[in-house]
Amino acid sequence: MIPVLEVQDLAKHFQMHHLGQKLHAFDSINFTLQAGEFLLLRGPNGVGKSTLLRTLYRSYLPRAGHIWYHTTEGRIDLATAADVDIALLRRREIGFVTQFLIARPRVAAEDIVAEPLRRAGMPAHEALGEARRWLAEFGVKRDLWRAYPTTFSGGEQQKVNLARALILPQRLLLLDEPTASLDAGARAALIRRLADLKAAGVAMIGVFHHPGDVAGLIDRKIELTAQEVSEDVAV
Amino acid sequence: MIATAPPLALQAPQLMTTPPLLTMTGVSRRYGDVVALRDVSATVYPGEVLGIVGESGSGKSTLLRMMNLEDMPDAGDYRLALPDLPGNLFDLDRFARRMLCATRIGIVYQNPHLGLLMKHTSSGNVAERLLIAGERSFAALRGRAREALDASEFPLDRMDARPLELSGGMQQRVQLAKAIALEPVLLLLDEPTTGLDVSVQALVLDTLKRLQRDRAMTIVIVSHDLGVIRTMADRVMVMRRGRVVEQGLADQIFQDPQHDYTQQLVHAKL
Amino acid sequence: MTIATLTKPWEAMSYGFLDASAKRELRRKMLKAIAVPGCQMPYASREVPMARGWGTGGLQVTLTLLRPSSVVKVIDQGADDSVNAASIRSFLSKVSGARETWDTLEATIIQSRHRIPEERLRADQVLVLQVPNPEPLRPVEPNMSVARQMHADADYGRLWLILYEQIVRSGRVMQGAAYPSLVNGRHVMTPSPIPRWDVPKLHMAQHLTFLSAGREKRLYAVPPFTRVEPLVFSDVPFQVEDHAALTCHRSGLTGYFMNEIPQGGGGSQFELSDSNLGIKAIRQAEGAEARVGSTWYENGKMPQ
Repeated sequence: MIPVLEVQDLAKHFQMHHLGQKLHAFDSINFTLQAGEFLLLRGPNGVGKSTLLRTLYRSYLPRAGHIWYHTTEGRIDLATAADVDIALLRRREIGFVTQFLIARPRVAAEDIVAEPLRRAGMPAHEALGEARRWLAEFGVKRDLWRAYPTTFSGGEQQKVNLARALILPQRLLLLDEPTASLDAGARAALIRRLADLKAAGVAMIGVFHHPGDVAGLIDRKIELTAQEVSEDVAV
Repeated sequence: MIATAPPLALQAPQLMTTPPLLTMTGVSRRYGDVVALRDVSATVYPGEVLGIVGESGSGKSTLLRMMNLEDMPDAGDYRLALPDLPGNLFDLDRFARRMLCATRIGIVYQNPHLGLLMKHTSSGNVAERLLIAGERSFAALRGRAREALDASEFPLDRMDARPLELSGGMQQRVQLAKAIALEPVLLLLDEPTTGLDVSVQALVLDTLKRLQRDRAMTIVIVSHDLGVIRTMADRVMVMRRGRVVEQGLADQIFQDPQHDYTQQLVHAKL
Repeated sequence: MTIATLTKPWEAMSYGFLDASAKRELRRKMLKAIAVPGCQMPYASREVPMARGWGTGGLQVTLTLLRPSSVVKVIDQGADDSVNAASIRSFLSKVSGARETWDTLEATIIQSRHRIPEERLRADQVLVLQVPNPEPLRPVEPNMSVARQMHADADYGRLWLILYEQIVRSGRVMQGAAYPSLVNGRHVMTPSPIPRWDVPKLHMAQHLTFLSAGREKRLYAVPPFTRVEPLVFSDVPFQVEDHAALTCHRSGLTGYFMNEIPQGGGGSQFELSDSNLGIKAIRQAEGAEARVGSTWYENGKMPQ
C-alpha cells in the first residue's frame, strides 16, 4: 500500500542573519503516514512540534531531506516542490488547522467558512448551506453567522476557523493544537469530525496540548526530543 | 552580513498544469547610470496574486510599469497567455501596446492623477475604457460603468461627480472600476492604498480582496507596506536594488524569510 | 540683349497675391489633404493683408485655387453682404480677375465662414471653409503633440466621453457648432463652426470641401463622395437644429436654417441664414428672373 506521506531525513534550522547565528529546530526526522492514520507529535514545549508541522506545510523551508507526498499523479517532494504546486495542494488536498483565525475585515463568518467550497467550484448557495451546517455543528450561534468574526471572542473565532479548515475533506490534515480554547461542545464536534474524516481515509498529523482529547483517534506517536526524533512508538 | 546558505533549490511545477498567465524573463533596464532592473524574471499563474515588496528605488514600480508596457526594457521578454498575442509583448508597436493595455490589462496607481481624467465624471472615466474598446451605446456605457463602480463599492449616487471632488479612497475606487470595467486578464496595483487613512486603506483592501475572490482575478500588487502584501498576496517577490532577492509563498516569506534583507524587512514590520 | 528683355516687367504683386512658391506649397498640402480625407496637414501660413483669425486660412486656399475664369462667392454666417465677406470677395477679384457673385449656383469657388449654402453644391464647385480651431481633440487634450498621436491611433474615445457627459448632465447632446465628425471612417475632424444642420451636407457630397485655419496653420479636406459621420451613440441618434418648421418672415420660405431675431414683445422672428436664397425667393415672388437650385433639405428634412 502506498503511504500518503514519507518523510526522510528532514532537517530544519533558522539562519538569523542579524544575529549571525543558526537556530536549530530538528534533524533527520523520518516517518511514514498511511491513509486514514492519525499520528500524534509529542515532546516538551519548544522542541519543534509546530515547526515540524509548518515545515511539512512549507510555511517553513526545510534545510535538508525529503517530504514525499503521494498524489494520484505520482509522488512529489514537498521539500522542493514549486511554490505554485504547494499552493495547489493546499487548495485541494492538504489542510492546516491552527488555533488562530486570520479573520478578514468585513467578511461574514459563513462566507469565510464557505470559501474553500467556493474555491473548489461549489455553487454559492450550496456552499453557504454547507457552511451554515458546519457553523451549527461547531456550536456557533445562528445570529453570529452573518456577523464579522473580527469582533468574535477567541473561542468563537476558533470555531469558525475549524469549520472552515475542516469543511472540505482533504487527504492530509495538519493539526496544530486545534482544541486550545474550545468549549466542551465544540471540542466534541471537532473530535466527531476528525473521526469521520479519519474513517474516510484522511491522514492526520497533530500536536495537542491535551492528547487525551483525541485519545481514541491516535494510531501512532512520534516523540520529538531536544536533538532528534526517537523511533516511532506504537500505541 | 553573513552569506545566505542556499536553501533547497525548488523544482519546476509538476502538478500545476495550467501555463502561467504572465511570464517575464531577463528584464533589465538602466536609466543613465542608474540600474533600475537587473535580469528580473517573474511568473504569475491564472487566479494568483503576486506581491512585490521592496523599499523605494528597489525597482518594483518600474517592473510593474513594464508589465503595463508603459516603459520598455533594455533587454527582456514578456508574455501573457493570450492566444492572439503569442510573442514578446515588448516587440509590439505602440498602437498594439496601447490596445493591449486598454483592453486586457487594468492598473490602479498610487497617484490617481496618473490613472484618472480628474475633470471628467467618475462614470465617464470608466466609460472611456469601454469607449476605447468600441462600445458605442449610451445605455450600455452607462450600465456597465455603473456595474463596475458598484463592484468597486463606489457609492452610485456620486457616480457623476468628478474625481477632483472625491476623497482619496473614492478616487482609488474609481480607478479600480476603470481597471476592471473590461474584465482584464491581469490587474496591476501600484501601491493602491498608500497615502490613504488606515481605516480607508482597510476598506479598499477589502474591496480588492473581495473582487479577487469573486472573479478569480490575476493580480500583481506592488507595495512597500508588508501588511498590504500579506493581506493580498499568495506569493511574494522581494526586490532590492533592481534584483529579486527572494521569492516564495506569502506565509513562508513572512514566517521563514531566507535572505538577510527580507529578514530585516519582516522584522522591521513585526 | 538687356536685362529688361530677359525679365518680366515689374508688378505690384504675383497673380493671386501669393507668390508662386507659396501657392505651390499650398497646392501640395491641398493634394495631400485630399489624399488623406479629414487629416490635418500643416502648412506655412503666409501673411495676407488681413488679420489672423479673420479668414486668412480660407483666403490662402481660395487664392491658390483662383483663376481669371473663376466666379467667387464669399459668405459670412450665410450673408454675402457683411463687411468681412464683401471685403474678402472684392480682394479676391481684384488680385485674380475672378468675377464676383452672390449666387451659389453661379459660383465656382465659395469661401465661407460658419455656413454651407442651402442649395446643393455640384461636382464643379469647391467649398472653402474658414476654420478658427482645426483640432477636434483640443477640448480633451491640451497637448497638441499628444493629440496628433491620438489621431494616429484613431484614439477618439474621449470625444464620445464629452458627448456621454453632456447627455448625463443635460439629457441630450449639447454640442452645437463644430460637431466632431468621422471622415472616411478614419480621421475625426471639426467641420469648422457650421451648425449641426450643415454637417449632413458634407456626407457623400458631390463637391470638394477644403477647411483651412490660417492662424493654426492647418488645412484638411473632404473630397467628393466621402463619408462624413457625426460622432453619435448607437442608441442616441444625431439631431440637427429644430428649424424645420420655422418660416422666414421676409421670404416666406420654410424648412431651412434660420437666424433668430428677438422681438420687443419677448417673441422672435426668423429669417433665412442663407441670405441669397432668401433674396432669390423674394425676387421670384415679385415675378423677376431668379433661379433657385435644388436644396439639400427638402421640406425641412435631409433625404437619406
